[in-house]
Amino acid sequence: MKAENFSERRVEIDGWPVNVSSYQFGDKWRAKADNVSPGAGLARAEADTREEAEKRVLDRARELLSRTKRNSV
Amino acid sequence: MGNYAHPEVLVNTDWVAGHASDPNVRVVEIDVDTKAYDEGHVPGAIAWAWNTQLCDTVVRDILPKSQFESLMTQSGVNNDSALVLYGDNNNWFAAWALWQAKIYGHKDVRIMNGGRKKWLEEGRDLETAPRTATPASRPYKATDADLSLRAFLPQVQQAQKAGKTVLIDVRSPQEFSGEILAPPGLPETCQRGGHIPGAHSVPWGKACNEDGTFKSIEDLQKLYGAEGVSQSTPVIPYCRIGERSSHTWFVLKYLMGLPNVQNYDGSWTEWGNLVGAPVEKGAAKSAGQA
Repeated sequence: MKAENFSERRVEIDGWPVNVSSYQFGDKWRAKADNVSPGAGLARAEADTREEAEKRVLDRARELLSRTKRNSV
Repeated sequence: MGNYAHPEVLVNTDWVAGHASDPNVRVVEIDVDTKAYDEGHVPGAIAWAWNTQLCDTVVRDILPKSQFESLMTQSGVNNDSALVLYGDNNNWFAAWALWQAKIYGHKDVRIMNGGRKKWLEEGRDLETAPRTATPASRPYKATDADLSLRAFLPQVQQAQKAGKTVLIDVRSPQEFSGEILAPPGLPETCQRGGHIPGAHSVPWGKACNEDGTFKSIEDLQKLYGAEGVSQSTPVIPYCRIGERSSHTWFVLKYLMGLPNVQNYDGSWTEWGNLVGAPVEKGAAKSAGQA
């Protein structure tokens, strides 16, 4: 099978840029969220629709990013 | 592969699609997210886990020579095989694996330009069943470690004091400044935030295009040249644990052809935890001022 309909977009969560990518694989949609810079993956999910897969990774990303402590410099 | 100093270290996705089943080629996926391979991979590719197969799991270190040899033999890699590496995050840990393969003298090791993302973006075939390699018929023989490719703490401390080496901090601007201790969403693993005094901030991703491929040689020379990097300058890149900096090390060493580049894999999780180590905080100065 092939990866189809790959797409990528950037959103902001709690002031952090987040990259959301998703693609179709067979009858499922897969999504991944990463933290742009440096680009480490925050979450991945699989669902029946692109919207649901992206929602799941964004929810998880929000949870993880909210724990990142910012120091004053 | 556009005017790079060593174009032989890069292959594109078309080349991989055409050679993945070549018996003299071993394609390996190495991801930050070690579950990515299971979702689908280049047909014929095997996987290496960076956190268990590409490091010493007891002592903080790269693979010992004997374990590297064992990994290669078990992976069906002969001394004359073409080893093609790719992965997520624009090849972070593929570069980490390449760096170790070069330390142990593997001659023909290449990166798939654009990595996993480009393969997906191009809508190429994915295989979901994991592949197990048939071990090589002869035991793999590595060379002794070439430590000219690696910087250890005493060298970095000396370089920082002497000021003749360009230290490149490839982490995000927020890590460089000390605003955060680790990338957003990841565990924090250092006691102090900031950067090695005098280091230049060039986040690793600046070497890549949007599609994950490497920028042109002209763009790379402009990017690093603005930070004082030249053919005659010793350069030490570092990050948090050494994988992002191996990506930049690869760019400087093989795409730009710099003769003296050492990856400091101890990186910020070593420096930022040292008692008494000097630390500088604050955003990067503009190019040429750091």
